[in-house]
Amino acid sequence: MDCVATGGNVKVLAKAIHSLSRIGEELYLEPVEDGLALRSVNSSRSAFACFLLSPLFFQRYQTPSDQSFRCKMPIKSVQAVFKSLSSLDRSVEKCRIQLNSEKSRLTITLHCKHGLLKTHNLSFQDCESLQAVFDKESCANVLQAQPRLMVDTVLHFPPSLEEVNLSVSSDRVWLRNHVEDDADPSRAMMTELCLSSEEFDHFAVSTQTSITFCLKELRGLLVFAESSGLPISMYFDEPGSPVILSVADSVLEANFVLATLSEDSHPKNHVKSNTKHPDAEQPPDDFMNDDMDSFLIAMETSELPGPSHVPTSPPHPTNNRKHSVSEDEQEEALTEGPPNKKFCSLFFGSVLPTPSQLTNQTIQSQEVLASDSEDENQTETS
Amino acid sequence: MPLSTQSQADIDQYILIASLDNARNLSNILKAISFKDHAIFNATQNGLKVTVEDSKCLQANAFIQADIFQEYTIKEDAVGFQVNLTVLLDCLTIFGGSTVPGVCTALRMCYNGYGYPLTLFLEEGGVVTVCKINTQEPEEPIDFDFCSTNVTNKVILQSDSLKEAFSELDMTSEVLQITMSPSHPYFRLSTFGNSGNAHYDYPKDSDMMELFQCTKLQTNRYKMSLLKPSTKALALSCKVSVRTDSRGFLSLQYLVRNDDGQICFVEYYCCPDEEVGEE
Repeated sequence: MDCVATGGNVKVLAKAIHSLSRIGEELYLEPVEDGLALRSVNSSRSAFACFLLSPLFFQRYQTPSDQSFRCKMPIKSVQAVFKSLSSLDRSVEKCRIQLNSEKSRLTITLHCKHGLLKTHNLSFQDCESLQAVFDKESCANVLQAQPRLMVDTVLHFPPSLEEVNLSVSSDRVWLRNHVEDDADPSRAMMTELCLSSEEFDHFAVSTQTSITFCLKELRGLLVFAESSGLPISMYFDEPGSPVILSVADSVLEANFVLATLSEDSHPKNHVKSNTKHPDAEQPPDDFMNDDMDSFLIAMETSELPGPSHVPTSPPHPTNNRKHSVSEDEQEEALTEGPPNKKFCSLFFGSVLPTPSQLTNQTIQSQEVLASDSEDENQTETS
Repeated sequence: MPLSTQSQADIDQYILIASLDNARNLSNILKAISFKDHAIFNATQNGLKVTVEDSKCLQANAFIQADIFQEYTIKEDAVGFQVNLTVLLDCLTIFGGSTVPGVCTALRMCYNGYGYPLTLFLEEGGVVTVCKINTQEPEEPIDFDFCSTNVTNKVILQSDSLKEAFSELDMTSEVLQITMSPSHPYFRLSTFGNSGNAHYDYPKDSDMMELFQCTKLQTNRYKMSLLKPSTKALALSCKVSVRTDSRGFLSLQYLVRNDDGQICFVEYYCCPDEEVGEE
């Protein structure tokens, strides 16, 4: 593998990595024919981001001879290579990423001014492909805005705010901070912002809806979009389906996929609906669809440590949803602990799998969400 | 000026008097070596030398020549004492250390001799503060026996490029490895940290390289924790000379320009790390 980025693109690459660091702790790197894919996911699997840098982004782009090369490494290690972001474009002329397969090292070389050469040999781990399954085309609502609009809007919310609620009607968009149902109303501060459809470059709302998602994880994309000046597109559907924010230009594409709170998100409701089938085999799922590429299947997740989510037979991905949740929810109902984090975990599967490969890869690529520490079986297969 | 408040008798008993219109010309350079509490002061006709040591492996020296001072009087060949450097710096910056142009603290440093405290008269805007800092028996600074005749490799670099490298060094690495050679890689700084290793290469023909005199390939490792304080001196300097001798001892000499553009020197000596590790 040999990729060379020059000039301003080195800074763009560095910014993409910094952006991904806002999502998760690890950077997944996969050089494919379409370009270099840089991905990250958060620990609860409710936020995923992917930057695809096309071969044209690079002065030179050569994929490894081993077509299935994928690796992951702590994102802090890669960020350390691109420290002092502000002076990058002034000091770095060229950035070269090479794979040294003998020594299992990813070598990033920065050719700087005055002949200074910075070489970083980073160790990595082999891993399975990380790819959230989502389909922008099937989303009912699409908005597009200049980054300035989004950044200015978000400014009104405190940096500590976790969740934000976005509601759309045929001609307006409301943004509110999300307040937990059980929060003390006298202490909560409500902020609401209303934007007219005219503020947006593109406004296509076919379903009036209201979704709640995590704002924190989005800030990485906002910073990137603002510095690159690229418009941000938002694709979303009903609550429970993820919201996808993306920026793109001729040489790169970034997608940030965030889970949204589902409709029946009140803890009481959860318990009621699920205690009916404590050991539900595979209850019918609204999202059941065999076409993996065009459907997102949501799995509920809980903050309480629970049993791992490896699907039991038959290993169809949709099965996990109610099955695993019910165990967790039952515990919760009994103990009346703090409310669950009710974000759906995104489904991760291989892109374009063949039907026979499907089930196997599904198991392998599903990482454990909250594993038992003793359970060794859940480590990734290489 | 504080001088006017003292009688001739007072002045006569001092064996060392050093005055500065701008105390920062002393405090800034002392900050560059303030990684330990205690400093050994050695004053001669030539000026002031302040030494700080760490675990017998690292020594830092700051040289402030006599002509930097507005007044410099010494009645003996050599005057030596030890003081708490942290306390001294606190006193030198007692007026807050602001950088408002035109406003600075004037200093008069006086010493009666063995057993007496170090007396500082500090004045800013008409307000005078007198500080008396207890002195101790000066320890003998380590003689690293680093002489120019034994130097195998020497480079002089402009500080800016090294500043960048040092600010990015992987601090999870226990050692900093310095490779100097007449051939590639010429001058290389390497770290071996948790995420992998990193190398910073300076070619001999770089325009940041003012002097390149390397006679043979040498690779030495130094404890990162020992070298870290030297970054303070690096930050103040405009040029740095890096020398290693046949034993692998490292000498870093920093050229520092003070507020008035005068030149002072700071040097660091460091022992190589004894462990022989893999490349």
